[in-house]
Order: sequence, then structure tokens, then C-alpha cells
Amino acid sequence: MSYLQSTGEYFLMIKGVFGRMTKRSVLTNLVFKEIDDLIIGSLGIVSFISFFIGGVVAIQTALNLNNPLIPRTLIAFAARQSVILEFAPTFISIIMAGKVGSYITSSIGTMRVTQQIDALEVMGINSLNYLVLPKIIAMLTYPFVIAISMFLGIFGAYSAGVLGGFVSSQDFIRGLQEDFIAFHLVYAFVKTFLFALLLATIPSYHGYYMKGGALEVGQASTTSFVWTSVVIIITNYIVTQLLLS
Amino acid sequence: MIEVQDIRKSFDGEEILKGISTVFPKGQTNLIIGQSGAGKTVFLKCLLGLFRPDTGKILYDGEPYSSFSDEEQRELRRQMGMVFQGGALFDSMTVEENVMFPLRMFTKQSRPTMMKRVKEVLDRVNLAEGQHKKYPVEISGGMQKRVAIARAIVNRPKYLFCDEPNSGLDPQTATVIDNLILEITREYDITTVINTHDMNSVLEIGEKIVFLQNGRLEWEGDKKVIFKTENEAVTEFVYSSDLFRKVRKAQLQGL
Repeated sequence: MSYLQSTGEYFLMIKGVFGRMTKRSVLTNLVFKEIDDLIIGSLGIVSFISFFIGGVVAIQTALNLNNPLIPRTLIAFAARQSVILEFAPTFISIIMAGKVGSYITSSIGTMRVTQQIDALEVMGINSLNYLVLPKIIAMLTYPFVIAISMFLGIFGAYSAGVLGGFVSSQDFIRGLQEDFIAFHLVYAFVKTFLFALLLATIPSYHGYYMKGGALEVGQASTTSFVWTSVVIIITNYIVTQLLLS
Repeated sequence: MIEVQDIRKSFDGEEILKGISTVFPKGQTNLIIGQSGAGKTVFLKCLLGLFRPDTGKILYDGEPYSSFSDEEQRELRRQMGMVFQGGALFDSMTVEENVMFPLRMFTKQSRPTMMKRVKEVLDRVNLAEGQHKKYPVEISGGMQKRVAIARAIVNRPKYLFCDEPNSGLDPQTATVIDNLILEITREYDITTVINTHDMNSVLEIGEKIVFLQNGRLEWEGDKKVIFKTENEAVTEFVYSSDLFRKVRKAQLQGL
């Protein structure tokens, strides 16, 4: 019952976000600030993880190719498919649920605890629009992060494969181009877009409606991470079923 | 002037406000006092429009809030200034930006005009210029309260609400803040409502006092009569400290 209530509250929050609008000049500044905090601030960790996971995928694939009849180009093929289809959009989004999601929940939750949200409401400002909409708009640039992750993941695979002596540079490039289906990129970015909306709104919901003090802010951050991850995984399954099956 | 007519408010079936009626006159400091759990904060939030009463009316200068359209309600909110218990300053903004915030949101003034007004109100609350560029966490609790007052009055409100403005302050700073609120109330000729349980505030600025108990208005008067009242609940609240018990004893003995 409480899940149903929370789901209803979540959708009412979304409706509230698009209610009375904040002054455009103020909103623009907030959006740029959020892009800096949520997107630019995440590039470092995303790049680091993407590069090394790409490398690990290449090494593991190479070490499992015992049959000499299987071409070495498969290393690049496997790295490309796993990075584009799953690793970059989904795995990175789970990591972002921890990094960006916790940040959103704790910052909005702290504003709730310290009555800053009440202060906005008293002034006649739509606090949902002021706090959540800039985050949603900022997260629309999230596909760029995933594009960078895809590139670095494949580059990591190339570096590990070629420098580790598992595959030649030519074979890797050939494998990368083998059986390429452009729709897979469309699929990856469609789900990235949906994950971006989830990453902005679910943590905002947990922060905005939290009750209590500092301890509850911490609990809300944890709950937010768990629920964002769960919803991302379920959405991933549904989108995959709809677009690829 | 704010007039409250028989307001009631319940949460989860529990009635918190049980039919409160009173008037808060303009140009005076009106205090809401009472023990913790008496319903003071809920009452204040009803006055602010953050909670909608289940029944009853709140009239702002004769106009009932419930009859206002959404736009009129927002307009009324813009005529309200609020000083929260902890200041509720925005952490990510400097002192100046905090005070400028209502101007940025609701006016089309140029930046130099806004800065001039910000400086004017920060000077009015006696905040030294060296503090203007600091963030809220870098200034003391007393200074945060001054900034909160400056932010509340920067848009020249008609109504000023303060929730426990002295909590967490030393007695000397608390007196300074009390007097500042009193001076601003007179200077701007506004309706000020203060939620407090600080007896020093009652003595300093209690031009009208409303005593709440268990969600009911138990007593109303001013600082001159509160020490003479025979109302048991009020005397129990007022003389809960040793100092005030001694004052009472001396009064009764005619000293």
C-alpha cells in the first residue's frame, strides 16, 4: 500500500515540477549550475571506470578464446557490443544513481531539514519547479556522458587488447566494424534518456518528501540509491524487451 | 492586520488547532507563546498559508485567504516576510545573494538597484560590510538571524512572521534581535507575528501576547498584564523559571 502511495506521490511531484515556472533568468543559471554539479562533476569517475572496464572486457574475452578457429576480431566485437548495449548505458547509470542520486537526495533533503524549502514556499516560489526542473534539464545532457563512456570503454578495450598483445590493431578495428547495427546505438540512447529522467526525479522525490533530521537525510540517500537502481534495472528490461526482442 | 476566525486543523485524525480566534493588529509585535506541542508552529504555518485550515477563516487586512485566486495567494505570499528558527538561509548563496534572492525572483530591478537595496537592509540590521560576501556557514548564529531578517524585509513586506527568532542565541544577542524586530515593525508599519517560548522576548516586545495550550487559545493580553493574570496555565508557563518565580513572589509581597 505504501509503495502505491509513494508511486502516486512521485507522479504528483512530477506534475508539480511542471507547475508554476521559476523566472527564466534564474532558471537558466540554475540549469548551468546543475550541469556543472551533476554532469561535469561526474565525467572523471565515468571516464576512469569506462576505460578500465573496457580493458577488462577485452582481456577476459581474449583469455576465453581458446579455439584457434574463432577469429581474434571477436575481442573487439564483444567489447563493442557489451559496452554499447549494456555497460555504458546501464552500468554507468547504476554508478550515477550512487554518485548523482545521493547528491541530489542529500542536497534537497538538507534543504527540507533546514527549512530552506519552506522558505521558498513562503516566498510564493514553486519549490519543486525551482529545485527539480533544473536537474531534469541538466540531466538531458547525460547522453553525452554515456557517449564519452562508450568511446572510452572501447578505447580501453583497444589499449588492453593491443598493448597486452591479445589482438593486432588491424584486427581490433575490423572487429569493431563487424556486423555493426546502428539501431543498437538508438536503443542505447533511448534507454539512456529514460535513465536520465529517473536519475533526476527519483532521488529528488526521496529528498523532497523526507521527514526528520540529519540521520534521515542519510537514510533517504541510501533508499534513493536502492530505488533508483531497481527502477533502472526494471526499465532496462522493459526497454530491451520492447526494442530488441 | 490579520484576523483569525475559529480555525481548526487536524493531522491523521488528531486535532492540533481546536478553534482559534484572535486579531493581530498592524504596527505591533504580536507574540504567540505556549509550551512545546501547544500548536504554535502549526498555527504560524496556517497564518503563512503553508497549511490550509480545515475550517475557519484567516483575513489579511479584511480579505479572507480562502477567497483569493491562486495568483492573489502568490501575491499575498510575496507581501510576507518570514524569519525561520534556524534562519533557513540558502547554503549555496552568499549573505548578499541570500538577501537579494526575493528581489531577483520577483522584481525586474537592475543589479545595481538591487545591490543598493541589499546594502540598505543589511546596514539596517547592523551587519558589518565585511560579512556581506561570506556564506551562511561562515557567520555566527546571531548574524544569520540578522541576514534572515534582512531577507524577510528586503521586499518591503506587509506581514512579518518569525518562528523562534531567538533560539540558539545568547541572551544579549537575543535582546538585540528582539529590539531589531520591534524597531522594524514600527519603522515599516507592518503586522509582525512572532512564535516564541522565550520569556525575555515576552518582556521585551510583547505588545500583544496570545497564549496557546493544547491547540486552544487559553489567554491573550500584553506584557503589562501577563504577570498579573490569574490564569493558571499562563502563570505556570510564565513562572516556570526560578527568576520569574522570584519576581512573582516579590510582586505578591508588594516589594
